[in-house]
This record gives sequence, structure tokens and C-alpha cells, in this order.
Amino acid sequence: MRIGIPKEIEEGEKRVALTPEVAAQLQKLGFTVAIESKAGEAASFDDEHYAQAGVEIIEDPRELWTSSDIIMKVRPPKEHPELGFYGVELLKEHQTLISFLYPAQNPEMLQALAERGVTALAMDSVPRISRAQKMDALSSMANIAGYRAVVEAAQHFGRFFTGQITAAGKVPPAKVLVIGAGVAGLAAIGAASSMGAIVRAFDTRPVVKEQVESLNAEFLMLEFDDEDGSGEGGYAKTMSPAFIKAEMDLFAAQAAEVDIIITTSALIPGRPAPELITERMVANMKPGSVIVDLAAEAGGNCKLTEANKVVVKHGVTLIGYTNLPSRLAAQASQLYATNLRHLLTDLCPDKNGEIVVNMEDEVIRGATVVNSGEISWPPPAPRISVAPKEDIGIKAKQALQKAEPKPAHPLAFLIPLVACGLALFGLGTVAPPAFIGHLSVFVLSCFIGYMVIWGVSHSLHTPLMSVTNAISSIIVIGALMQISSDSTLVVVLSTLAVFITSINIVGWLRSDPAHAAHV
Amino acid sequence: MNAGVITVSYIGAGALFIMALNGLSHQESARRGNLYGMLGMGLALLVTVVGLVTDNQFFLVGGILAGGAIGWVLAQRVEMTQMPELVAILHSLVGLGAVFVGYANALDHGAGISGVELTIHDVETYIGILISALTFSGSVAAYLKLSGKISGKPLQLPGRHWFNLGLLIAAIWLCGLYVEQSAAGGGIGVTILMTLIALTFGVHMVVAIGGADMPVVVSMLNSYSGWAAAAMGFMLGNDLLIVVGALVGSSGAILSYIMCKAMNRKFVNVIMGGFGTPKSAGGVAGPAGDAGDVKPIEAQEVAELLLNAKEVMILPGYGMAVAQAQHVVYEITKKLRDKGVNVRFGIHPVAGRMPGHMNVLLAEAKVPYDIVYEMDEVNQDFPKVDVSIVIGANDIVNPAAQDVPDSPIAGMPVLEPWNGKTTIVLKRGMSTGYAGVDNPLYFTKTTPGCCSAMPKTVLIQC
Repeated sequence: MRIGIPKEIEEGEKRVALTPEVAAQLQKLGFTVAIESKAGEAASFDDEHYAQAGVEIIEDPRELWTSSDIIMKVRPPKEHPELGFYGVELLKEHQTLISFLYPAQNPEMLQALAERGVTALAMDSVPRISRAQKMDALSSMANIAGYRAVVEAAQHFGRFFTGQITAAGKVPPAKVLVIGAGVAGLAAIGAASSMGAIVRAFDTRPVVKEQVESLNAEFLMLEFDDEDGSGEGGYAKTMSPAFIKAEMDLFAAQAAEVDIIITTSALIPGRPAPELITERMVANMKPGSVIVDLAAEAGGNCKLTEANKVVVKHGVTLIGYTNLPSRLAAQASQLYATNLRHLLTDLCPDKNGEIVVNMEDEVIRGATVVNSGEISWPPPAPRISVAPKEDIGIKAKQALQKAEPKPAHPLAFLIPLVACGLALFGLGTVAPPAFIGHLSVFVLSCFIGYMVIWGVSHSLHTPLMSVTNAISSIIVIGALMQISSDSTLVVVLSTLAVFITSINIVGWLRSDPAHAAHV
Repeated sequence: MNAGVITVSYIGAGALFIMALNGLSHQESARRGNLYGMLGMGLALLVTVVGLVTDNQFFLVGGILAGGAIGWVLAQRVEMTQMPELVAILHSLVGLGAVFVGYANALDHGAGISGVELTIHDVETYIGILISALTFSGSVAAYLKLSGKISGKPLQLPGRHWFNLGLLIAAIWLCGLYVEQSAAGGGIGVTILMTLIALTFGVHMVVAIGGADMPVVVSMLNSYSGWAAAAMGFMLGNDLLIVVGALVGSSGAILSYIMCKAMNRKFVNVIMGGFGTPKSAGGVAGPAGDAGDVKPIEAQEVAELLLNAKEVMILPGYGMAVAQAQHVVYEITKKLRDKGVNVRFGIHPVAGRMPGHMNVLLAEAKVPYDIVYEMDEVNQDFPKVDVSIVIGANDIVNPAAQDVPDSPIAGMPVLEPWNGKTTIVLKRGMSTGYAGVDNPLYFTKTTPGCCSAMPKTVLIQC
């Protein structure tokens, strides 16, 4: 089968769906590959490189659309601004389109694809399960966006990120707040902290705390124990009004303090981005601060951001670039092309250059939005990995159960006391006073031993054992008390006892068990 | 010397013993505590010899001299690593001594008492001999196990719980018989029979307990020797014996409890034995399919890994004690710390064969206390650790305790070096640990190698 890669026609889009390196690998799977001339130029891959990798260079995009069995793109197809054709309309049966398609936002396109009887796979619909991570283009793009967000912020921020003490004065480190610790957020945290900034992060899902802290950032917690924002498929879900209120208070407090805010969160699928940073918060920020709003395309987490623009309001620079991955075109193209290659590898199990859309395969089923003219979107709810969440729940429950054994009856502790009391009473009525005297000494000594031993530190347990062992040789007293007996046998036994316990006592004096503990 | 002086001296000795134990709560006062103990012992001996011994001083001196000489030589020859066995054999001496004292008393019995008093005295004697005898035989068995003279594997007779129950019932029945016969002036035959039962019970109890539980067994025997002394105190009407016995007994019991807690096991289960031989064969292999090859590593690579690390955690186990590696380990530690590598020691509460075993070894090698940490203090730090070195440890670093629910060590808290970047395992062999469980740590991805070379080789490279 022949794979064709048209040049991206969206304004400002520099990415390309194929790199020469991936092209070579696709040919090993049995495919032939063609690319529109100058398609990779903006991402620093020129035609020569592709040609060297065995890719056919085609001048006319129309020819490419009609002659390829598989079309691979980055952006959803649209009307060509110069040549005036619509790629989808050139497609016919048995052709396959693989691209970001955003089926929820583009129902007409989906309809058009179905009418033409083609098969379409949306990279943005690849289910977010572990097995599909290698083709999760959303994650690889988000990773780049997070990194680039920090780079953009650094460019517009008037100071160092890292704190320095120089001969020319002291430079405080920049404080960065990252809202949303998804893939983009974590990438931003990593980039900012590696540049030396003090990074704080917030997310509605407490489970990401560990990930945030592993990147040396501080995780801001809301004192809200009962609400977990972890939704299905790794996305956050909408929170309660009370939670949102607390969250906004936190942001307001942080806004006055930090220098840079990067909002990456709140892209709840299919909804406009919620407003997280209000105008008042922006006004409260220090002049020269920077906000990077990664949700600008969906309306922005801050209403003051303008999509695709950098604006300055209340002395704060608001960056609203919508296509950050394209600003790192070579890297983004390489990762995206690799994601595509992984998908094709799954689609082509026999490595014979023929793709099979196996609707039984969970990943392929999820990505396929049109199957030979039939709209298959939205897919049935994926069997997503809810296991970790359950695990956490169970663990937490177990921990709770451990921490709180079922409440005993408040007077239950009296039962052994009463039993002991009765037993002692029974003993007291028959036993001679001398015995009772010894018993009281015994019981009190047990308590003293109990109290004293708990204070012994762990590292001294061995010396403790040696010392207690040695002093238990005190039974030599018992032998001494009897050695003056008239009975020969008693004297012999007592002498033996003296002999044996002496070994122990002298061994103790000699070896000094506390010596080792004394450093 | 009148009785008042003796009693007062005993009170003083008792107080000194309490101060001895109290002194052991801190490193600084440990030595002083030891000294208090010796003073107490000296005082008690002196007063008893002067005040109570009226005849046969020749035997007394002879016994002390002979025993003392042996003790002197013994203590000179014994090294620190052999301490678990040493402690066990010393327990057996206490037990044996107590048996003799008990017999002497049984032969000399009950002059001038009768009725309930006699019954109580007889029961005291009986119980005293019983505990002493089982302390003796149990300690001997523990000594043989710890010194490797008999197998560390638990020996489990079929129906051993019924066997134990039978012994217990027989002991109780014989007790009744003894009281009856003793009233008539006899009962020595019954006592001998009971002693045999107690000896059997002691041996049987210890051999049924798995090797990994040995720290518990040692401290439990320590406890028993205390209770034996206390029983002797009741028998002879001597408060000092009761006080010291109770102190030692409760000390051993608490230590046993701490050990059991560190292994997340119930004391009763330990005593019942069976640790170390999983009922189902499935528990032995670790996570299915996880087993793989051990990657060997050269000493030079280890040295490079260590020099390039920022955080190093050393996790010693019994193997370090056996190999006497603590001095070399500390030399490596010093060199690395001089180069700015943060080397720390992580000590599992039951590492080694007795409580606090590793601390003793490290102290002996003069490792400063502030770099030696307990398991709970270091476990959360592992993600930051570049290299963990496991030295002769197995069960205490076994992830199966957390991952394999039917593993015999399931639920035991363990050190978690697999959360770190690299783990190096120094071992004599890749066999199972004392609990008889395979360790998946040796095969997991995070363990790039295990070095069969002993630490000395690494030192040369550093």
C-alpha cells in the first residue's frame, strides 16, 4: 500500500506527519511512501532527505490525495487556500485517512468522510490506555507544549529563572505556578525546575502529587479530603462548586506571589476551558509577570488571553499561542511520525504493507472514527484502566480499617482486670502472707521492667539482651542459699549450679556487652 | 549478719539492676548501666556469701573458680559475629543452673511447712524446674541452629501441635501427682519425668521454628531464663531473685514483641512454628514469570557506579556479619563520603540473627551513629538513592513480602531498594534466604547486577 503525506496547509502549521527516519521504517513494513514536495521544509526536513530515504516526491497535492491508499496528516483536512480543493472530496472507497480529526468538533467532515466510503482514524481518539501509549499523539504533543510553554514564558519574563548571587547583586529565583499536572503540566514543571525556578503545581487529582514531587516541585493541596478529580481515562472531571471556590482562593493567593503562571489544565473533553485566572488575579500579579495559557484555543483559562497572540494587560504578559508543538516543529514531527508508525505497525500485523482495520482490537477500534463509510464514533466506552483508582480506594480503606479497629466496648478493658482481680482474691483467701508478699514484689517488678525496657533504643537491643542474660545468673543466689545443706546431693547440685552460673557471670565481666554500643 | 542487713542489701542490688536496664536506654549511659549491673551482682553475691553460707565454702570457691576460668577463656575467644550463638549458649547455662537449684530445693524440700503453704511451695518448685529445663534444652537447640550445627530449616513433625498439647497435659497431671507425693516426702521420680518432658518440649519448640524467626527465639529464651529465676525466687522466698527474674522476663518478652512486630507476625504464630516452609509451593517462586537471570557485575563497574552516585544506601544483613565485612564496608563508606557521596546505612529491625545485630557490628567498625538509620527512616528516601548495596541480606529486602500474598513473608515490612535507581547485591550465593523464599529483587529490572566479588575488591578500585 502507498502512504501519502500532504503538506500541512493550516496557517502557521510547521509540523509534518513524516520524517525521513520514519519513512525508512515504514518501508520495512512493506509500504511505499510518497510526500508532497516541500512538506517537511518548515520542520527542517527537505525533499532531498526524504528522497534519500526512498520517498517519492510529488509536486501536485491533488495527485497525492488521489493516488495514495493511506493519507497521513497532522491537522484535520480543510480547503486548500491556494489550489482551492478540499482533500476529503478527492478521497474515495478503500482509502484511509489518519490524522488529528477532532470528530466532536467536526461533524460535517465526519459525515463527508463517511459519504465517500473511506476509513478514517483519528489520532486524538486513540484510547489512553497503557498499551496505546506509544501511539498517544496527544501526550507527545502535550509534552512538547509543556516544555515550549516554559520557553515562551522565559522569553517574555524579564529575569533569570534561577536565583543567583553575583557581584552585581542578588537575583531571586523565579516562582512558577503550573495549574494542571497532566502530561503538559508535568513537562512544564520539569522544564521550569531544571531551569532553576521554584515550581509549584496544582491539580484536582491528588494522585499526581507524587509525580509532581518527583520533579522537585511543590504540590499545592486543597484541604478537601473527600473529593478526587480523577476522571475516567486519566482526565480530570468537573468539581463541586465548593471545591472550585477553594481552588479559586488558592489561585488568587498564589497569583499575588508567583512570577509565572502556566495553565495547562481544564481541557475537559468537549467543553470550553473553565476560567481559572480572573482579571482581578491578573491585576494583582506583579508587573512583568507572565501567564502562558495552553487552553487559549478553547477560550482560555484566563479570559484576558487572546488566541495566537501575546498581549500585555495590567502589566502582565499573556501568551495565548494555540499551537505550541508547531513551534518546536522538528521535534513534534519526529514524535508524531513515530506515533503514526506505531499505529501502522498495529494496523499491519503481517508486515506486508497491507493494513487491516481490526475492530476487535481495542486501540484500533477507539481510533477508527469512520470504517469503510460507516461512522463508528464515538466508540463504546473503553475498558480503561480504572484499576489504580480502585486500588487506591481499597488501600485507603484497608489503611482506615487498620487505623481504626472496630470500636471495643468502652468497658471491655475492665474484663481482664476483673478476672485478674477475682483470681488474686481467690489466691489471697488461701495463700500464706509470705507468698502474697512475694507476689506483690513480682508484679511490681514486671511493671518496672515493662516501663524501663520500652525506653531502650533499638540499637541497644543486643547489649540489653547480653546484660539481662548476665543478670539472670542471679540464680546463683539460689545455689548459695542451699550450698550449706547437710545433704550431700544438695551440696553437689548447688556446687554445679555455682560452677555453671560463674561461667556466665565472668564471661559477662570479661566481654563487656555494652562496649560495642559505646562509640 | 542479720536478716535486715541482707534484705536491705538485696533492695540495693535490685535498684542497681533496674538502673542497669535504665542506663541501656541511651548510647552514652550504656556503659554506666553495665557497670551498675556488675555492682548489683557483686553486692548480691557478697551479701549472700557472707550472710547465708555457713558451710561448704570450699565447694563454693571451687565452683566459682572453675566456672570463672571457663567463662574468662570463653569470652576472650568469642567474636562479635558469634554473639547470637553465644547468647543462646549463655541462656542455656542459666537454665541448667536453675535446674540444679530447683532439684537441690526439691531434695531439701519443705522443712517445717505443711498444708496450703507446702502445696504452693511444691507448685513453685515444680514450675521453676519446668521453665528452667525447657530454657536449657531450648537454648541448646537454638545454639545448635544458630551455629549451623543442625539445619536452620524448621523441623515439623506431623501432629506437632497435638504432641505439644499432650506434653502440656502430662506436665499438669504430673504436677498434681508431685504435690501428692511430695506431701509424703517423695516425688523425685515424678520430677525427673517432668524434667524429661520439659527438655523434650524445649527442643521441639525451637526446632520447629524457622531460621528467620531466630531473633524472636533468642529473646524469648532470654525471657524464659528470667521467668525461671523468678520461679526460683518464689520457691526460695527470695525477693531479689523475683525482682531480677521479673525484670529479665519482661525485658525478653518485650523484645520478642518488638521483633514480631517488625516482622508483622503474631507471637503465637512464631511460637507455633512453621515459618519458612510455605504450605503451598506457589509462594516460593515469587511473581510468576518474573524470574530471570542474575546479571553479574565487575568490581570495577561497582566502583564506578559508586563514585558517580550522589546517594548511596547500604543495606546489611546477616551475610555481612558472617563475612566480617563491616570494617571493609566502613572503609569504602569513608572514602565515598570524602568524595562527597552521601552514604547511609539502612537497618531492618530484624536484620541478622538477634535484635540489634547490625548496629553492634557497625558500632564495632566505628561507623558513626548519625549515618545509620532505621528502616522507617530511609524507606521513603529510596527514590532519591542512586545506588543501594545489599550486603548479605535477603528476606529483609524481598519485594515478595509486598507483592506475593501467599508468600511466607507476606506482610512483613521490608526495605525497598527497588524504588531506587540501581541495586547491587553482594552475596555468597543466590540461594533463598533464611525464610526459604526466593528473592525477585535479584532479578528485577532495577537490579543491574549482583557482584559475587567480596567488598575488598571494590575497595582497591575506589
